[in-house]
Amino acid sequence: MAPKLPIYFDNAATTRCDPRVVEAMLPYFSEKYGNSASRNHSFGWEAEDAVELAREQAAALIGANPKEVIFTSGSTESNNLAIKGAANMYAKAPAGQTGRGHVITATHEHKAVLDPCKRLQREGFDVTFLEPGADGIITAEMVAGAMRPDTILVTLMWANNELGTINEIPQIGALCHQRDVVLHTDATQWVGKMPTDVERDCIDLMSWSGHKMYGPKGVGALYVRRRKPRVRLEAILDGGGHERGMRSGTMNVTGIVGFGKACELCRQEMEHERERLLKLRRKLEAGLTSRIEVCQVNGHADKRLPNIANVSFGFVEGESLMMGVKDLACSSGSACTSASLEPSYVLKALGVGDELAHSSLRLSLGRWSTEEEVDFAIEAIVKAVEHLRTMSPLWDLHKEGIDVSKIQWQAH
Amino acid sequence: MAYSDKVVDHYQHPRNVGSFGTSSEVATRADVGVGIVGAPECGDVMQLQIKVNEHGVIEDAKFKCFGCGSAIASSSLATEWLKGRSLDDAMSIKNTQIVEELSLPPVKIHCSVLAEDSIRAAIADYRKKNGLAAESAAPAAAH
Ligand SMILES: Cc1ncc(COP(=O)(O)O)c(C=O)c1O
Repeated sequence: MAPKLPIYFDNAATTRCDPRVVEAMLPYFSEKYGNSASRNHSFGWEAEDAVELAREQAAALIGANPKEVIFTSGSTESNNLAIKGAANMYAKAPAGQTGRGHVITATHEHKAVLDPCKRLQREGFDVTFLEPGADGIITAEMVAGAMRPDTILVTLMWANNELGTINEIPQIGALCHQRDVVLHTDATQWVGKMPTDVERDCIDLMSWSGHKMYGPKGVGALYVRRRKPRVRLEAILDGGGHERGMRSGTMNVTGIVGFGKACELCRQEMEHERERLLKLRRKLEAGLTSRIEVCQVNGHADKRLPNIANVSFGFVEGESLMMGVKDLACSSGSACTSASLEPSYVLKALGVGDELAHSSLRLSLGRWSTEEEVDFAIEAIVKAVEHLRTMSPLWDLHKEGIDVSKIQWQAH
Repeated sequence: MAYSDKVVDHYQHPRNVGSFGTSSEVATRADVGVGIVGAPECGDVMQLQIKVNEHGVIEDAKFKCFGCGSAIASSSLATEWLKGRSLDDAMSIKNTQIVEELSLPPVKIHCSVLAEDSIRAAIADYRKKNGLAAESAAPAAAH
């Protein structure tokens, strides 16, 4: 059966909100519209009950106590609160001084982690940016090697958004607990897709977001450990003292209800969904690599999320490839939007050459992806790559046996 | 980004794709001028080849391009415009004409600049091979 076009293979960017989530949210717009902080009437109680149910649903997904879940506007905010909040709380010297403490992160983190870390650097903290191996993975050994006596915070993503590669978070968590260092993990791409247990996995702070797991946009959560050890944060948003003072502002009740429902659905369906998506992803990767020469799947072969495939196609340029697969909504490893093109910094961090980084597609599957769509995608990509290679001067050179990377190009 | 219909048309039906031989063959052909500009790490490489007859007229032109849709369209269009022109006349092709013809947005202007550069490079190569002085020494547009 021919799939309905266009096909959505960009679930790492955002997901469709599950209709069951939408249904759960609807009453909270114009029937149950109370402010969850209103303590004096049934409208407020109703809203508060809804928020607390969502907190339980969110906590159940990650093996936490509901009291350890703080609602936010999404992972960007959760990351900022965790990183700046922990660094400032555990700083070794007051603001305005240097030597305030050491933070460890990695070069291929999301900008919502890198930029807060760079700000910390400007504000007197030392930051180590670990470089992943060619497989994209940060190991506990790498973190141990970077630790210093003044290390106060390690912030590393659980799974990478461009590659789907999985860092050794449980091992890194154990290491951090041994050394009394706070571990924050940006688990935006991980939670809801993979089993998570903050106790077993030794997590102190963890960010995740509704819209990456079939919930609404603009709502997310931060897990903040309360015991062994109790983790404290300096708030960014001050005001009415909501969320135990860590995040003031009237609660986004409707969004939070949707977020909770999305967490519940993920918990129930994860196991089945994981297997199904892994099969589809493997089929997609096998289809492409078997039919296209000079084609590589980026990142570790196995330690990857079931739903993200990042594939490079030698000697064709990414944006033109996207143009050739216009019925397929996906992401490219480079953005040709200015005179100086920037290939993906994530692929560069893995040592993928610039030209291969320019020639990559990220295909991310989701709850509604089908085998027919995968078949269609394979055909469309094979056809586009062939079309572009008939035009590619680099492909000709490669076929003549010339190593394109050894040529002295007159860069412009 | 939305592409103009003309860019899409050149992308789907590129004109004059090809070459007049392998890189080593064309290097020794005096009737062929080759221009290669750009670099893979910048995300575009354009190769333009012109075949010039004894009257100094471009008889045929071929391109290959590694680059975005706008780069492909710019070089495809360049080959159409080159055919039948004298070398001096070909030198008068300006990147702004390509921008206009293909309705390129500002972020894609560098594609047209690259096409103009490749025309100039191919002509310079032909002239060098045939011991002709560079007619006009105007440098390629800075970018
Ligand atoms: C790994 C990672 N961290 C953070 C974010 C930002 O999340 P949000 O859109 O919820 O702010 C994203 C999504 O783009 C992501 O993939």
